[in-house]
Amino acid sequence: MATRHWLPLVLLALSTCGSALAGPTLDAVKQRGYLKCGVSQGLPGFSTPSQKGEWTGLDVDYCRALAAAVFGDAGKVRFTPLSAKERFTALQSGEIDILARNTTWTSSRDTELGFDFVGVSYYDGQGFMVRKELGLNSAKELDGATICANAGTTTELNVADYFRTHGMKYRPVVFEKSDETVAAYDAGRCDVYTTDKSGLYAQKVKLKDPAAHVILPEVISKEPLGPLVRQGDAQWFDIAKWTLFALIGAEELGLTSANVEQQRKTSQNPEVRRMLGVEGKLGQALGLPGDWAFQAVRQVGNYGEIFQRNLGGAPLNIERGQNALWTQGGLMYAPPFR
Amino acid sequence: MSASESKAPPDAVPLWRRPRLRGWLLQALLLAAVLGAVGLMFGNALDNLARQGIASGFGFWDQPAGFGINTTLIEYSETSSYGRAFLVGLLNTLLVSAIGIVLATLVGFVIGVARLSPNALIRGWAYAYVEVIRNIPLLLQIFFWYFAVLRPLPGPREAISLFDLAFLSNRGLQLPRPLPEQGFGWLLAAFLVGIVAAVVLLRRGRGGGRWWWSLAALLLPPLAVAALVGWPLGWSVPELTRFNFRGGMALTPEFVALVLALSLYTASFIAEIVRAGIQSVRRGQREAAAALGLPPGLTLRKVVLPQAMRVIVPPLTNQYLNLTKNSSLAAAIAYPDLVSVFAGTVLNQTGQAVEVISITMAVYLAISLTIAALMGWYNRRQALVER
Repeated sequence: MATRHWLPLVLLALSTCGSALAGPTLDAVKQRGYLKCGVSQGLPGFSTPSQKGEWTGLDVDYCRALAAAVFGDAGKVRFTPLSAKERFTALQSGEIDILARNTTWTSSRDTELGFDFVGVSYYDGQGFMVRKELGLNSAKELDGATICANAGTTTELNVADYFRTHGMKYRPVVFEKSDETVAAYDAGRCDVYTTDKSGLYAQKVKLKDPAAHVILPEVISKEPLGPLVRQGDAQWFDIAKWTLFALIGAEELGLTSANVEQQRKTSQNPEVRRMLGVEGKLGQALGLPGDWAFQAVRQVGNYGEIFQRNLGGAPLNIERGQNALWTQGGLMYAPPFR
Repeated sequence: MSASESKAPPDAVPLWRRPRLRGWLLQALLLAAVLGAVGLMFGNALDNLARQGIASGFGFWDQPAGFGINTTLIEYSETSSYGRAFLVGLLNTLLVSAIGIVLATLVGFVIGVARLSPNALIRGWAYAYVEVIRNIPLLLQIFFWYFAVLRPLPGPREAISLFDLAFLSNRGLQLPRPLPEQGFGWLLAAFLVGIVAAVVLLRRGRGGGRWWWSLAALLLPPLAVAALVGWPLGWSVPELTRFNFRGGMALTPEFVALVLALSLYTASFIAEIVRAGIQSVRRGQREAAAALGLPPGLTLRKVVLPQAMRVIVPPLTNQYLNLTKNSSLAAAIAYPDLVSVFAGTVLNQTGQAVEVISITMAVYLAISLTIAALMGWYNRRQALVER
């Protein structure tokens, strides 16, 4: 194609280029000196600014772990808050290096949008919240209800599918930002607020009177949430993927932020030694320092610690459920480190 | 030029010294460069999209959309196509813009005239209105109206009822919807005939009696048709179901808030334009009208405003364009306009930002150019014809 001859020039002119070449993301991140991570505009438990102005949450901690793996310093990450609508364009255009924004892994996003999903950091499903005074017990009683939801989410489509499947009617009221969605629900514009169940628990805390609302038992969809990267950079994809596995693997192997230093020196378990860079060249194969996983676990903690810190404790008190390790009846499972 | 050169025949002048040719050449070069750059960017974008594995093209247009929309002027369901969703969003944008323009013009003219009122109280209020409204960001005003409309209203079960026909609640204003039945076309035709006949009688007739004649002309044809075919108009009255009202039609809080915010905001600018227009009419015109014995109201309508319109119309066009483009803020309060539905949900579900944003921009451009053309036509009609 003739345009290829012009590519060097265009590379200078348009920043959209270059992202598809092999391995440039890691170089760009290293050269820049920090990681650019896209998160939500404020979803408690996943990514939300604390009162001190620091970002906290499961997605935030994953990005911190990734920064620790790349730089050996979990602080070298900057967060870009994105609406559901903006998030994909931000990643496609190279505005961010990784998107960790409670995003559902679906086939069309993985293929048509030009992304690769790194894995699942939280197994979720969509649910409904209603006022207690309506006296509802099941989502099947929602025929004719007005439903508040967020624009540009799988939620919007799942509701449509669910109501169609059950031959019910509904009226959608779709907002761009989740804050407005919740405010409108709170003001009585809608009978139902729908989003992923974790989000329902998180937003319920923000309502004027949380005790006046109830979350219906139905889970109407599978929502595997996880980070994603641009397609075409296999090295960066691997780094992001194995950082997530390292956090899960660390919990499987009993490594925590408190004991990982000790374990690195004393452990005789070959898998622990390989993962922490005592044996083998795992880090080198990824293009990272040998202690990448060690730094991630030491500075951020394993998956269980991250979960407990952000979701399991007060005020959300979400149970591990499907997000427990596979050895404890959950779905969290890391491939072997060898 | 030296003397020797000016004697030379025109053929001898080198090409690059001929200003006309040089001008053409430079313009052709510039055009080629611009076209080349556009083509390059286009090709490059396609190339990059392909390499990143992002789908491109307009194949999504006929795919089922799979999401619902709450305010639709045309038939739409979750199984309709993305193209249909685009149409729904476009019509919603046009609806809110058209109503906003009419309201903004009415309010703007009233406030603009009030700004020049001899009554200090009216003048002061109009001044306060303009200064407060035009200095607060529109988005904030939209949120203000949305939650101001929403908060104090009761839920659907405690709705404020007007004779059990209309209901006001935080779900909106529910009104009975006319249901045309068989023979409705005849009724409509008879009604139109009545109007035409009434107007003709009013214009041609003389004396007080013509009012009664034209009233009779207005009412008789529809009544005659109704007597022949029966009253061909039913009503769908809203009734409360478990959650919401069913039947009838609704003005949603989103629509009301958006129209209010857009028209009141734009009206504050139009008011200033109207004031400037009126002040541009010379004092002598008013004084001449007064000398002829015209009352103030008539002076304003027949002498001042027609002359002021020539100054008012061009900047008024800008405000109409602004209002239309500002209607895209609807996405913030869930009114399903073009940006919310198409550049929002459709973009996100298909991931085809380049196509969707291009279409959206082209549509806004087309709407704006249409409004500008209409206003230009009106302006030419208003302009002074000089001989």
